[in-house]
Amino acid sequence: MEKALKKYGPIFTLPTFIAFCIGFIWPFLQGLYLSFCQFTTVDNAKWNGLKNYIYVLQDEAFLDSFGFTVAFAVVSILSINVIAFTLALLLTRGLKGTNFFRTVFFMPNLIGGIVLGYIWQILINCVLSLVEAPLLALNTAAGYWGLIILMCWQQIGYMMIIYIAGLQNISEDVLEAARVDGANSWQTLIKVKLPMVMSSITVCVFLTLTNSFKLFDQNLALTGGDPNHTTDMLALNIYQTFYSRAGMQWKGYGQAKAVIFCILVVTISLIQLNATRKREVQS
Amino acid sequence: MKKFVKVGNVLLTVVLTVLSVAWIYPVFMILINTFKQENAISTDTVFDLPTAEIFAGLQNYITAIESQGFLKSLGYSLVITITSVAAILLLCSMCAWYITRVNTFFAKALYFMFAFSMVVPFQMVMFTLSQTADRLKFNTPWNIWVIYLGFGAGLAVFMFTGFMKSIPVEIEEAAMIDGCNPIQTYFQIVMPMLKPTMISVGILEAMWVWNDYLLPTLVLDIKEYRTIPMLIQYFRGGYGRVEMGPMMACIMLTVIPIIVVYLCGQKYIIKGVAAGAVKG
Repeated sequence: MEKALKKYGPIFTLPTFIAFCIGFIWPFLQGLYLSFCQFTTVDNAKWNGLKNYIYVLQDEAFLDSFGFTVAFAVVSILSINVIAFTLALLLTRGLKGTNFFRTVFFMPNLIGGIVLGYIWQILINCVLSLVEAPLLALNTAAGYWGLIILMCWQQIGYMMIIYIAGLQNISEDVLEAARVDGANSWQTLIKVKLPMVMSSITVCVFLTLTNSFKLFDQNLALTGGDPNHTTDMLALNIYQTFYSRAGMQWKGYGQAKAVIFCILVVTISLIQLNATRKREVQS
Repeated sequence: MKKFVKVGNVLLTVVLTVLSVAWIYPVFMILINTFKQENAISTDTVFDLPTAEIFAGLQNYITAIESQGFLKSLGYSLVITITSVAAILLLCSMCAWYITRVNTFFAKALYFMFAFSMVVPFQMVMFTLSQTADRLKFNTPWNIWVIYLGFGAGLAVFMFTGFMKSIPVEIEEAAMIDGCNPIQTYFQIVMPMLKPTMISVGILEAMWVWNDYLLPTLVLDIKEYRTIPMLIQYFRGGYGRVEMGPMMACIMLTVIPIIVVYLCGQKYIIKGVAAGAVKG
């Protein structure tokens, strides 16, 4: 069968492969090359060595946005996963209305980042003006917590669904055995349920981690980096370096930032996958 | 003890109900404000229901639809989402079958690159991709699906191969022995078995394409084609005074269809997401 399939290989792989080259491989390689160049379009690239990287690593705005992203990622990953897991535990106890709650909690996930950002911008600004605090455009702390609340609102439902699926996969026998052995519900949770849903935890932490680092739409819509770029995250900082600065040098800087950003995201997600995969157990 | 558990459950249900109401509230708040007249929308009264004298009826919705070309944007978003998701489902599943069943260096390298592309942030290829798309003229709503197929292939192929590894190869071999060529085998044997995975992948990719803002902004000509996320950003992000009423109406117009689709297909959507995550 493999032989026959190989003969038909081009029909099966070529369309996707060509699109993949146009949509990913070629732009990726070209982007890698351009990060060492000075350019304004892809045609006028001039080799520039490591100058872009040297500039970028000293660019304070970029380093600040890195700090902001990390601070955001840590808090949002923790809060999303803890709340989502708690909700999943509550919604697998056979309560009345479980289906309704699940439906409601998942709903914000379907709304796009831009729309979410503006919904929360209106809401948060109203609350801020009620307590007579500065609005989002002048309030870094509110921007930070606003982003975290927004991300929780959007992602908790999604992660909750994944945790529910994980919890429902635990066989009744295992829980029964724990009960017979005299484990109380706290012990069952820590010693049985948590290790058994480790693969869900891997997936959820991976998703929340990459989502937080790559966050763009919500950031653009909610704060747009205001006030004065203090709520820029990495993706937004890169976007602005590309598209809202005039001058020969900026696109090269932007591309160098993008490469660093890419290496960062890939490395962190690989470390995370390795770390949590090790803790997974087979039932 | 039993009684104790029962009381606990009631308490829990109450807490969850309160939480659900809070969960829906942001959308509800926007909704009530779309029925207020423009000069009655202010931060002090934003949480109040519209009263008779400031009730605007559907005026804000009419303004939103007429002044900003909402229906055109809706059309573009639909065209892009449908063509992209159809292309991804058909072509990526075919590619994934080849990768799973053929054991060559090319297949393995391809799989590795697809997996890699899932992690790479869009900013890495943002500039070069938009220039490439421009040059190859994949910059209209009718053919931007090629770009979506290319950039979205990673997740789709990854999920399809994950599922295909679990289906026994013997069924396909039997079909081939009975005289099917690979194409017939694929469409008559493999594809029907893929249906649940197709639903998962379809939902995830549709959510992504429908809500995507940055890629269409960079690739499409913003003066001519605006998808719905682009429209909202253009509406809100523009300079000068923003009319809050029509703007919020516009938000509701994008949210309501999503909620309707979700309520109709929520069984599939939730199952699809759960299944997709477990395999990924």
